[in-house]
Amino acid sequence: MIECENIFKIYKNGDEETTVLKEISFTIKDGEFVAIMGPSGSGKSTLMHIIGALDTPSSGKYELDNHDVSKLSDDELADIRRSKIGFVFQSFNLLSRSTVLRNVMLPLVYSGVSKIKRDEQAKSALMAAGLPEDRWNHLSNQLSGGQMQRVAIARALVNNPSIILADEPTGNLDSKTGEIVLGTFQELNHKHNHTIVLITHEPYVAEHADRIIHIQDGSILEDKKNSKKRVVHNHDN
Amino acid sequence: MKFSDLLQETYSSLTVNKARSSLTILGIVIGIGSVIAMVSIGQGAQGSIEARIQSIGSNLIQVTPGAQRGVGVQVSAGRGSAQTLTQVDADAIIKEVTLAKAVAPEISKRYQVTAKGTNTNTQVIGTVSAYPEVRSVEIDQGSFITDDNVRSLARVAVLGPTTRDDLFGQGSDAIGQTVRINKVDFRIVGVTKAKGGTGFGSQDDMIFVPLSTAQRFLAGDTYVTTISIQAQDQSSMTEIQQQVTDLLLQRHNISDSSAADFSVLNQADLVATASSVTDTLTILLGAIAGISLVVGGIGIMNMMLTTVTERTREIGLRKAIGARRSDISTQFLVESVTLTFIGGVIGIIFGWLAALAVTQFAGITTSISLMSVSLAVGVSAAIGIVFGYYPARRAAGLNPIDALRYE
Repeated sequence: MIECENIFKIYKNGDEETTVLKEISFTIKDGEFVAIMGPSGSGKSTLMHIIGALDTPSSGKYELDNHDVSKLSDDELADIRRSKIGFVFQSFNLLSRSTVLRNVMLPLVYSGVSKIKRDEQAKSALMAAGLPEDRWNHLSNQLSGGQMQRVAIARALVNNPSIILADEPTGNLDSKTGEIVLGTFQELNHKHNHTIVLITHEPYVAEHADRIIHIQDGSILEDKKNSKKRVVHNHDN
Repeated sequence: MKFSDLLQETYSSLTVNKARSSLTILGIVIGIGSVIAMVSIGQGAQGSIEARIQSIGSNLIQVTPGAQRGVGVQVSAGRGSAQTLTQVDADAIIKEVTLAKAVAPEISKRYQVTAKGTNTNTQVIGTVSAYPEVRSVEIDQGSFITDDNVRSLARVAVLGPTTRDDLFGQGSDAIGQTVRINKVDFRIVGVTKAKGGTGFGSQDDMIFVPLSTAQRFLAGDTYVTTISIQAQDQSSMTEIQQQVTDLLLQRHNISDSSAADFSVLNQADLVATASSVTDTLTILLGAIAGISLVVGGIGIMNMMLTTVTERTREIGLRKAIGARRSDISTQFLVESVTLTFIGGVIGIIFGWLAALAVTQFAGITTSISLMSVSLAVGVSAAIGIVFGYYPARRAAGLNPIDALRYE
């Protein structure tokens, strides 16, 4: 569960102060599929960094599963990311010279999970992300964009995190592949009850979520249930 | 992060750019290799010089004539050539320097020596029975000159193995045969064992005759060229040196010790002097080689900094999925230490081969000690840590947000 309470983020550059986020408050419950939508420069990336424990707010309170994350050190934040958060990036960020399996295992390597167990977990994550089994031992740079993003999704899943944070996951994909990836998220949310936070600037992409938080100029403009959800049915992967 | 994972990550990142990794390793190979080779030359020189000095005899003090300067005479005779030491001086030392274990005065000069048509020019040493003990000479066949020989002015000779070979042929039995030195016939009674070695005066190319005989029939006077004194042990050498100096100054009526017409040489001083020279040589050679090691280390640092920049996004990703600072810095440190370690091991092999080649082709003695090898391994690992530390710190300190955005 994510609880944000009156979050401010202010950058200081000499005497000049820039307020990127102000008075952000919302709660995301376990099992929700939420889209955070806003144009570029609206502060949605900064908000994602705070939710993802990559950054801390200047003031306000951020609780993740009832742990206060707002005032932790670098290494403590790393521990939170390792155990509670799975990232999916726009540009995939896979290790190109490593195999698919090795990429998916990487978070478990840092958690010190045993080799046998991490192999098991990586395979079930790849299964859940819907990557065909004959690709698992390929080098990640031999895959198509859609397949790469599924590897990234599997990597985000492998730790069984509290939330999956997807930052413009369809930004580097064509619309058809993007649709399939969004379908994968819906399936993970629906079937496996994963909490998913999708960050995007496209209303069309945001409409695949159950709830949309609309951000503009650093404040929440609108936070409402998505009444016209687009449901994707992935019959074949 | 487990150690096996660390090694796997290191292997995969070092093999991405094999050419770059190999060239960086080459820098360390050259550095470590030249340190090993150079130090082995220095230590080899030290070992052979010390062995040479020890072979002259152990705990040895040598008294040689010095230059005597007469009143108003500006030109002094060369050291060692002056005739200032006599048989009587030697007798006085034997009698009065009680700490001395054995004393062997000698007179030596080069003569043309003939035997049955063959002839050679060699060093003829007139000495006494104590000589073999003092100068570490061993008898191979027959016996050495005895006290009786000296008393009776016997015309007997003991040959060095090289001289025996020159006069009578390789390995032949010379005992009982005759050699003619300066028109005087000597009967051969013994042959000494080979000591080996060349350089300052082969100890194998010599003829020993009784001191009295040499003075009477060859030199025609009672001067001696060297008095060798063997001390009981290392600790009494300085005292003996002092006693001998005092005694001879008194006998020669010289009050100012700086005007002494003889010099007393202590073998320990000789070893110390030679060692200090070779130590300096070793340090000099090692330092020159050390420069290339530092250059190699800078190569490592250069490569690691490039790698950190190239892999900024990857570092950002690793941090985003939960790597701690120490995970990142350890990974980069292990990479640089691996490079230097591999370079160090190959460098030791190359340095050792180079030392062998130097011995083989240039004839210079080399010596590789366990100390220099372990030092090289230690130094190469240390270089990995020292020159890898800054790049590793830089990688670990990257902000994951900025690193992920890096293009």
